[in-house]
Amino acid sequence: MRTSLRCVSVLAVMAGMGMGLAQAQTLTIGISSEPSALDPHYHNLGPNNAMRRHIFESLVGQDENQRLVPQLAESWRTLDDTTWEFKLRKGVKFHDGSDFTAADVVYSLCRIPNVKDSPSSFTIYTKAVEAVETPDPYTVIVRTARPYPLLPVEFSSWAVISAPADAENLVFDKDGCDYGDWPKTADFNSGELAIGTGPFRFLEYVKGDRIVLARNDDYWGEKSPWEKVVFRPITSAAPRVAALLAGDVDLIDNPPVQDIPRLKENPDIDVASGLSNRVIYLHFDHFQEPTPGVKGTGGKNPFKDRRVREAVSKAINREAIVERIMGGLAVPASQLIPPGMFGYNPELGVEPYAPDRAKELLTEAGYPNGFELVLGTPNDRYINDEKIAQAVAQMLTRVGIATTVDASTKSVFFKRRNKYEFSFYMAGWGSGTGEASSPLRALVATRDKEKGYGGTNRGRYSNPELDALLDEALSTVDDAEREKLLQEAMAVAMKDYAILPLHYEVTSWAFRKGITYTPRTDQYTLATSVKPTD
Amino acid sequence: MLAYLIRRLFQAAITIVVMAVLVFVGIYAIGNPIDVLISPEADPAEIEAAIRRLGLDQPLWRQFLLFVSNALRGDLGTSFVHNEPALRLIIERMPATLELAVAAMLLSIFLGIPLGMIAGLRHDRATGRGIMAASILGFSLPNFWQGMMLIMLFAVWAGWLPSGGRGDTVPLFGVPVSFLTLDGLQHLILPAINLALFKTALVVRLARAGTREVMLQDYVKFARAKGVSERRVVLVHMLKNILIPVVTVLGLEFGSVIAFAVVTETVFAWPGMGKLLIDSILNLDRPVVVAYLMLIVFVFILINLVVDIVYSLLDPRVRLSGRAE
Repeated sequence: MRTSLRCVSVLAVMAGMGMGLAQAQTLTIGISSEPSALDPHYHNLGPNNAMRRHIFESLVGQDENQRLVPQLAESWRTLDDTTWEFKLRKGVKFHDGSDFTAADVVYSLCRIPNVKDSPSSFTIYTKAVEAVETPDPYTVIVRTARPYPLLPVEFSSWAVISAPADAENLVFDKDGCDYGDWPKTADFNSGELAIGTGPFRFLEYVKGDRIVLARNDDYWGEKSPWEKVVFRPITSAAPRVAALLAGDVDLIDNPPVQDIPRLKENPDIDVASGLSNRVIYLHFDHFQEPTPGVKGTGGKNPFKDRRVREAVSKAINREAIVERIMGGLAVPASQLIPPGMFGYNPELGVEPYAPDRAKELLTEAGYPNGFELVLGTPNDRYINDEKIAQAVAQMLTRVGIATTVDASTKSVFFKRRNKYEFSFYMAGWGSGTGEASSPLRALVATRDKEKGYGGTNRGRYSNPELDALLDEALSTVDDAEREKLLQEAMAVAMKDYAILPLHYEVTSWAFRKGITYTPRTDQYTLATSVKPTD
Repeated sequence: MLAYLIRRLFQAAITIVVMAVLVFVGIYAIGNPIDVLISPEADPAEIEAAIRRLGLDQPLWRQFLLFVSNALRGDLGTSFVHNEPALRLIIERMPATLELAVAAMLLSIFLGIPLGMIAGLRHDRATGRGIMAASILGFSLPNFWQGMMLIMLFAVWAGWLPSGGRGDTVPLFGVPVSFLTLDGLQHLILPAINLALFKTALVVRLARAGTREVMLQDYVKFARAKGVSERRVVLVHMLKNILIPVVTVLGLEFGSVIAFAVVTETVFAWPGMGKLLIDSILNLDRPVVVAYLMLIVFVFILINLVVDIVYSLLDPRVRLSGRAE
């Protein structure tokens, strides 16, 4: 008994010492998904892109609403429809003390296609570049093959790394730059090459345990209030919340929806939520006949009939899904991007819930008794994904379309979806560019490898009118005109019920009292968005 | 002894090959890692290019042959996700897991055997019954829930211990370990207890059953009759004879603790191999999963071998021989 008492007091002393170590200047963040590498050009995916923004910067930045802001380029403009001029910021230094110049931009553009075994390359953001000229160290002139209004957006998506001395005179060549050994991903992970211009410097990276960054005291912009930032990957949701409650971390991302009301009641915890760029949608098979998963239509694909698609849309009570399943942490969607984004069409409204009209439409289309349907969904990818699918299935069954849900883990779901095994599936899309062309191009434009259209259009929807509008928008450099074209294209897709938007996800962050977080539509968790209040 | 070792090694090689084939084909059947890894923004051309870069456009048999020929040269492949050699990723995580496993095993041995012997010696008294009742609890609590409860009790409410992570590490012969720093030790306590509870319950039951059996043996009676002190009877004659089943089971359990401490590592965000395995399975990172399971088969075989040798040391009647049993 005496020993156990002594143990307890030793524990208490140890805990006290542990707390003394936690300085107010250190910010600890529990993140739900860990980046796969610190090489900013290796893996184009959310967690990596969020992490690299602390160390590396781009020519163009995106603010919390994904609007473009100057970053390493002070300004940019078009000289003509296919020529862009970027004026670089002067006096910016890399973490190793070297100056940032146009040579670093050329070197970065050259390295992006030369990352070995990249599972998701950044070349999708650089392939529009035909030629690059650097008349002086602080001017970069970029030529594109055709008018390409998305160039500044795409230049906000890849990072500038520091060019070694022997790459100072490198010349950009679309077919491959002439340079010896490109840096390896492992050299970024070890910290040796993790040298950027960003607000934080690399300190330590232990895979699966922590990423530690230190404030860059020579940063050109607003310096961080945090001397040190520790990112701890805690992939499981309940332990992540527990770590916040225990005071081991100051902030966590993606608290589970069902825990948010309880966290809000806690006097020591605050929650910040903001609309994200992600829309959850339902997609139809517009192509196969007969289509898998549909029974009772005599071999016909009912979704080729616009009236059936409209009936499905009207049978779904979006408000109820948001209220009851998402706990209010979502917003019913009228289109593929949320309000406030470039290309949002204010004339489109959320589809009203009208089950009686849905039944009428089904009868008109020749399915008075409905049919049988299988709805495919992932069960670990989006917030409450399987529950939403179950609700949709019940609503459809109520108007006569007897729907069953086929839910599986994301790796299995995406494989089956990409093999066109579903006639009706649910998924989500986050607009990485922060404007309307991203979902339009990926989800509803006719699949076309040359144009890069329809990458995720696994319903194989095809509408020449929409394709033409999109073609025109993507070659219109004038912003106002392009926005009008994108709005029109969005209206065409929505009025044809090509795809059914359900809701926009709301992203939440939970943190201890004494700090604030500014929510970001791109769902990134950035230390630069955390500010102390006291 | 030598023939015995050779035969065991041969069996081991076959097991490893069968394992590699099963896992390789199994993961291939689940899906294409590119579907999970690639940015949704990627257009069809980029998706194709990425599949080519990772060699996933080749037919399964050719991918497998390439894997085998590389494996024979000691290269178990490069992680699709991390772009680093799979074996290195695993070895990097190994110290964390081994440390946790050893801590848990030590806890279960030094708690389990004494408690089990007490329960055996006093099986009809309240102490014995109390220990057995507690061991049922240790058996039946779900690991994840139990871990969350430990966190809630000791980290959230009492605030004595950290809720997860590994804490400060110092290198010991070049390997980072946490049990030599105060901060590291604090981080080790809760996950080690969580992992040890089930094993402790197991050891308690084995030790109790063994004690009750041995108590009635002639040599114990004889030792007592001879006037050997009770202390010596229990600590030498009885303890030695109950250890054989305990060693067998602990050997097997040690393997599974190393390989599949997944739940504990997930709950406590412990950067060990189990967490790597789960992440790799979710991302269909085939090279890592295959390398991992091959390594684990190897570890199991090694442990079994050690168990056999320990047997012969504990019980001179057991002789390792090359002849078929």
